[in-house]
Amino acid sequence: MQLQMDNITKKYGEFSANRGISLSLKAGEVHAIVGENGAGKTTLMRILYGMEQPTSGAIRLNGREVSFTSPLDAIRHGIGMVHQHFMLFPSFTVAENIVIGNEPGKSGRFDRKHAIQIVEELCGQYGMKVDPRAVAGSSPPGVQQRVEILKVLYQGAEIIILDEPTGVLTPLEVQELLQAIKHLSKQGKSFILISHKLNEVLEVADRITVLRDGMVTGTVKKGETDARQLSLLMVGRDLEELKKKPSIPGEKVLEVSGVTLRGTKGKPILENIYLDVRAGEVVGIAGISGNGQSELLQVVSGLIRSDKGNIRISGTDVTGMSPKAIRERGLTHIPEDRYVWGANREATVLDTGIMAHHRRLQQGGLLKQKELKALVSQWVSKFSIKTGSLETRTQYLSGGNLQKLIVARELEQGAPFLIAAEPTRGVDIGAMETIHGELLKRRDGGTGILLVSSELTEILKLSDRILVMYEGQIAGELSAAEATEEQLGLLMAGGSIQ
Amino acid sequence: MEQLFDLALLNTTLRVLTPILLAALGGALCSRAGLFNVGLEGFMLLGAFSAIAGNYYFHNIFLAILFAILVVSVFSLIFAYLSINLRANVIVVGIAMNALAAGLTTFSLRTLFDVKGAFYDKEMVGLPKWNIPMVEDIPVLGPIISGHTPIVYLAFVIAGAMWYYFYRTKNGFRFLAAGENPLAASSIGIRVRRYQYGAVLANGVLCALAGAQLSLGQLTMFTEGMTAGRGFIALVATMLGQSGPLGVTASSLLFGFMEAVSIRFQGLALPTHFTQMLPYVVTIAAMFFFKDKSFVKDAQKQSSSSR
Repeated sequence: MQLQMDNITKKYGEFSANRGISLSLKAGEVHAIVGENGAGKTTLMRILYGMEQPTSGAIRLNGREVSFTSPLDAIRHGIGMVHQHFMLFPSFTVAENIVIGNEPGKSGRFDRKHAIQIVEELCGQYGMKVDPRAVAGSSPPGVQQRVEILKVLYQGAEIIILDEPTGVLTPLEVQELLQAIKHLSKQGKSFILISHKLNEVLEVADRITVLRDGMVTGTVKKGETDARQLSLLMVGRDLEELKKKPSIPGEKVLEVSGVTLRGTKGKPILENIYLDVRAGEVVGIAGISGNGQSELLQVVSGLIRSDKGNIRISGTDVTGMSPKAIRERGLTHIPEDRYVWGANREATVLDTGIMAHHRRLQQGGLLKQKELKALVSQWVSKFSIKTGSLETRTQYLSGGNLQKLIVARELEQGAPFLIAAEPTRGVDIGAMETIHGELLKRRDGGTGILLVSSELTEILKLSDRILVMYEGQIAGELSAAEATEEQLGLLMAGGSIQ
Repeated sequence: MEQLFDLALLNTTLRVLTPILLAALGGALCSRAGLFNVGLEGFMLLGAFSAIAGNYYFHNIFLAILFAILVVSVFSLIFAYLSINLRANVIVVGIAMNALAAGLTTFSLRTLFDVKGAFYDKEMVGLPKWNIPMVEDIPVLGPIISGHTPIVYLAFVIAGAMWYYFYRTKNGFRFLAAGENPLAASSIGIRVRRYQYGAVLANGVLCALAGAQLSLGQLTMFTEGMTAGRGFIALVATMLGQSGPLGVTASSLLFGFMEAVSIRFQGLALPTHFTQMLPYVVTIAAMFFFKDKSFVKDAQKQSSSSR
């Protein structure tokens, strides 16, 4: 065994994040760790990477017991970590980002030419392509991830920890990453892959360890398991099949006609978009992120103004109105990025929860504290949002729990039209099930939903009609019944299916 | 008007831009380390005062400057401890440092020298003026470049050295990294705090030199609030130059030139208060014209990352 973690326990006061977890890793093996948010995956990896010390238990590398007091220790012992949120320097070049910490050059000088050469050699050696001269911050997420992996390889890592590596990647980039993992493991590098995307795990992992509530609920070998068994181990119960009734479309709740938006250099971001959403249906917008979906939602919700075109919500022309006015006409919005648009990190769970509801539950400018509190605590129990109290700051909530809070808040507005942008990004299976169930319940109750997601499975699961966006245009429309992943993938890449 | 532009004007430019350039370079170091320092004015004022005080007590120009550096370094440590260790908001700390320096110098002026407003003593020695052999004989260039205090030449050497440090050395590369993404930097073992302390202390030294040039460079005297907003102009030069040594030097040149022009205008029977306005008007105008440039975004980023 290259790596052996024995009986790792980590306590924070009374709370145990890890309870007697044992884990082993062979050279050249890909070992996936799956589990819901808060199952203890991240804590375990922070211990392995030297960012935390275990309360009890031991780590052995090639048979010798080691203890790490900082990430630097772990790096020296050949353990590298690619964090979920990239640890890059956006204004630096790719080469600079890879060699940092161990730069080439003599007597204090930094030899950048040599750095570029080193990176080119690394690319060749491991079969991963990056442009060493490109600026890291303006490279696509897939490239940034390769930079991160090359960085840990350059640091001499034999064991590479990947924490939720596919969260920000497009389907194509995910495939490239999985290929790279397979390729590197053939060269003897071992991987610990933390994920909750079971299909990816099943594709690439040799062994899978499932955690729940800080304990191992099972370690299974590839080929001896399936997604259903894994989710049973993760959630502790069978997931209910999502039953979708046929939709009964009603009145148009959203009509977008001829919307055009130009960027700073006159380059079109949105071009002549026509779409409508009826009451009681889910319209899904698929597309690789950055093809105008975000801007379309911002135009519809009044955050930016389009150069041309009209927006009507429930029959009223809302073009050019303020977001507040548009919401009053019947729109709610689960925003794409929960930290940028959906919540205030510094505010409490209560404050984040009452946003927009505060306009309703008030009298003469004073908030009706009691009713608002009752409302938010009701959501907390209904959506099983894990939070210390209503006074906990939002930034201490895990991503999934915050997302559930935002979804609850927006659904409770009870508006006839809902925008759901990436409603389950970074959310675990259990929460995903809840959110999907709630969205469909609203649909059946007559809400029109515009769903934007980069997850094709989500689009296919929830939508009644699917539109594909490519370079600011609607590249095609499919009915959910006949759409396949292949067709959508083709349209998303700019192809045609005729 | 033929008196307006001549070689002496450019000579004056070099003299008056030096305090701005030094402080702006210090400001650039701080902002690159992620600590946007609005206390430049206070640091510079304290430097000017302690250079005079050192001069009075030691009768030695070298010791006077050393004393100024020592005093401002202690002052810098307070800034560093508050903003780095205690994680106070750097803008607030910077403003507090300005207020503290203004009060401290006025108070010390009265208690140490028993004077109000300004202090001057015949025994004090000013900074020497270097007439560089060979260079001073070059037509046009000679009269501009030659005949300045050593600090003037030093300022330009420091600007060049800083460029080399940032873009050619490993240590400078890590310094920039620590400022750009402290979390990522510490994840690969870069000691971010050490670089931040280094930046604040170096800024202290630069501001002490800037103050010394103000109080010892021309008249060898100290007057209350004699920095007169130069620290804030330096702050604008830092932002306008996007915290890069070359950009900062260029924008300091602009502000130095405007100050020199304003001094020249005073000889043309224009109201003093009007002409003195000139550098500040240009500062505001510069902010206006460059509003869409990325340095504004940098500044915003800096102020939002200022905790």
